[in-house]
Amino acid sequence: MKVKLFLIAIMALVLAACSAAEAGEPPVIETGVDPEAWARVPAGEFLMGQFDHPTVIDYDYEIMVTHVTNAQFAEFLNAALADGTIRFNEDKTEVLGYYPGDEFHGYRHEERIDEGDWLLFPVDEEGVRLEFDGETFTPLAGYENHPATFVTWFGARAYCEYYGGRLPSEAEWEKAARGTDGRPYPWGGEIERNNANFYSSRDPFEEGVGKQGDTTPVGFYNGKTYDGYETIDSPSPYGLYDMAGNVWQWTGNVYDKQHYRYLRGGSKGEYEHWLRVWASINIAPDFAGPSVGFRCVRDVAAAE
Amino acid sequence: MQAIQARFKFLFQSTKGLILVAIAAIALVTALWGMLSGPMAEWGVREVAVDLFGFDLDPAEREGRIVILYHTIAMGVVAILVYMITGLIPMKEHERVSINFSATVGYITSMVFGLAFAYFGRNWAFHGLYLLGLSIMFFTGVLLAVALRPWRKDYRNPDPAYAHLRGMNLERAALFVMSVATLGSAVFGAVAGASYGNGFETFLAEDLIRWPDKTDLQFAIVGHLHIMLALMAVALALVIGRWFDWKGTLHKISMPIMMLGTTVMTAGTWAVVPMHGGAAHTIIYAGSTFVLLAGLFLVIFGFSKIIRERLAEQGIKKASFWQGLKALLHDPVRFGTLWQMVYMNFCTSFVGIFVAVKLDEIFRVWPSRDERLILTGHWHILSGIIATIILLYYADMAGLKGRVRKVFGWTVILGSDAAFGAVTVFEMKRLFVSELNQQPVTDITMLIADIGLALVLVALAALMVWRLVDLFERDGRWRKELAETGYTEVEADTREGLISAQELAK
Repeated sequence: MKVKLFLIAIMALVLAACSAAEAGEPPVIETGVDPEAWARVPAGEFLMGQFDHPTVIDYDYEIMVTHVTNAQFAEFLNAALADGTIRFNEDKTEVLGYYPGDEFHGYRHEERIDEGDWLLFPVDEEGVRLEFDGETFTPLAGYENHPATFVTWFGARAYCEYYGGRLPSEAEWEKAARGTDGRPYPWGGEIERNNANFYSSRDPFEEGVGKQGDTTPVGFYNGKTYDGYETIDSPSPYGLYDMAGNVWQWTGNVYDKQHYRYLRGGSKGEYEHWLRVWASINIAPDFAGPSVGFRCVRDVAAAE
Repeated sequence: MQAIQARFKFLFQSTKGLILVAIAAIALVTALWGMLSGPMAEWGVREVAVDLFGFDLDPAEREGRIVILYHTIAMGVVAILVYMITGLIPMKEHERVSINFSATVGYITSMVFGLAFAYFGRNWAFHGLYLLGLSIMFFTGVLLAVALRPWRKDYRNPDPAYAHLRGMNLERAALFVMSVATLGSAVFGAVAGASYGNGFETFLAEDLIRWPDKTDLQFAIVGHLHIMLALMAVALALVIGRWFDWKGTLHKISMPIMMLGTTVMTAGTWAVVPMHGGAAHTIIYAGSTFVLLAGLFLVIFGFSKIIRERLAEQGIKKASFWQGLKALLHDPVRFGTLWQMVYMNFCTSFVGIFVAVKLDEIFRVWPSRDERLILTGHWHILSGIIATIILLYYADMAGLKGRVRKVFGWTVILGSDAAFGAVTVFEMKRLFVSELNQQPVTDITMLIADIGLALVLVALAALMVWRLVDLFERDGRWRKELAETGYTEVEADTREGLISAQELAK
């Protein structure tokens, strides 16, 4: 009898674990942080990496205050498809764009990235937050101001270049995230659950989908209280939001001997140590996933 | 006072007492430090632990802390293996005493001061003492290798039932080879470790995957951690073999194979530095194949022996398949030590081979984060399996009998295997579920892993509590175990004042 009760208890726990519900339409939340805003990062030295290596960026640059949102990315796709900058594949399941290719070194595990059209955005992949009616892309209701996801490195690059910018280098990204004082998180030295969207951070968007959660609207962690959930204002020293958590961010470096591209910032699906400003992962540039997004930088001269 | 002295002598001089203390120390560290990550962190236990114990968790020093934590636990495990070897393998008493003493001072010094340095402020005197502890452990290894030298005339074993070469005991030789390989591999890590602060920076090996250009020192560290764990597994296999009184044809085949495998595997791991991976991996595969083969022969011998002895007890001369199986499973403690070696292949060896074969086709297409999960899962499971084998062997040494022995044995086997199996599924989940839909798989596998590990920890805690209570008994098991190491019950009674010195003199 005791054995049976024990087994029933185990089964109940397992079933409870299985019962993660499908994500429905998210609550519409206006954070008040403008996704069109840019922040200026002045030239100068900063401490880079886990071991604080003094590094100099000898020019001013501007970086987006938030991730590129679904609304912004939909607008880009519609505009760039209309003017022929990018194109669909034959059955309109993929958006493709030109990339001039990388030098191939034949190094162990290195894959060729040749000149040609590469995947920018998988149109009908499960989980994408843009609807396509055969003519126009529109963001799913409630997700307009969430970070654009399922965008490949090629797609992120194409977006930034379309608007006169580029993807940040790893150094540009890190300086924008931590400033010059060597802090491990954009807002300071320690992390609380309501500083950022990470694994099991218990934000309202984890309800119903489990601990890996869902994206939060850009700029969500700005000190406001949303329906009883209190956030801590967590900007970087230059006023950027979501430089830790929510979704990973592509960076622009192309390194010798490898085809991988590097991402920074951690995501909703990672433990907090992945949100440290120097932490990175890497993926092939044609990867698209639900925890990968981006933001752009632009030269100050271009901005002016 | 004398009562305390006698118990102190049991805990720090007898083989069983020393192993008990080391297991208790590792269990304590595991319990306390386990609160800082994984589900404990998710449930908010970490915040409480940090407030309660004053852990200093500087985000920039996480990797360094983890490296020290791994070393402190590893030193405890190495000490246990040393105690087991000195308890099983014939050597002079003064050698046994000095080796055990050195191991005890070494692991406790490195554990106490390593953890104090890493987690409770950066006191550099503690760091120095931590390094001193590691150095003493190295010295222990030197003493052990000297004591195990197989050409000693006083420990020749020409018994034809055991592997020997003109009377030289080849099992002793295999342990000697393992000890020397371990010493060399420790130096391998120490040389790289000594370069920290001179431009060489702390890292976790799993964070280096996909870097096309690793430095020699990084390769040395990667090689070091792999070979040290593998050599611990070799040592444990030989210890378990002696416990089973491994002999016969398979013993004669296995000892040379084990020596060859250990030597080739170690050489391959060292060759990773000059060769920067590449062909060195082929050498490692060749060496580990030999070692795995010797392990397989041990399992075959051990399973046969368990069945044979049980059937003899039952008076069954010709057994059916089911009677044989029942006999094999009759004693989970003995069966478990060998079964865990078999199970390891499902969770680590086979998985490792599959990953190596399909690396570019499958695993290098995933985000590095997912590939990294396989690596961390892989070696946590391997370490865990080694720990469970030690635990099962210790349960036998500690004298668990009857129903309690069965409950303990099956709890450890089923709990740990459920956990390791679940972690294997978790680390490979991207093969069958996308990131978008992975949460239920994550939840189920982590739940099973947590329950499994919790069962093992409860069993361990029960064993520790039982032995702790025993220590408070005047005529507990501890007294008998102390007597086994030459510290007689009469002497113990004298120290406790139960027999007068005059009576003893008579």
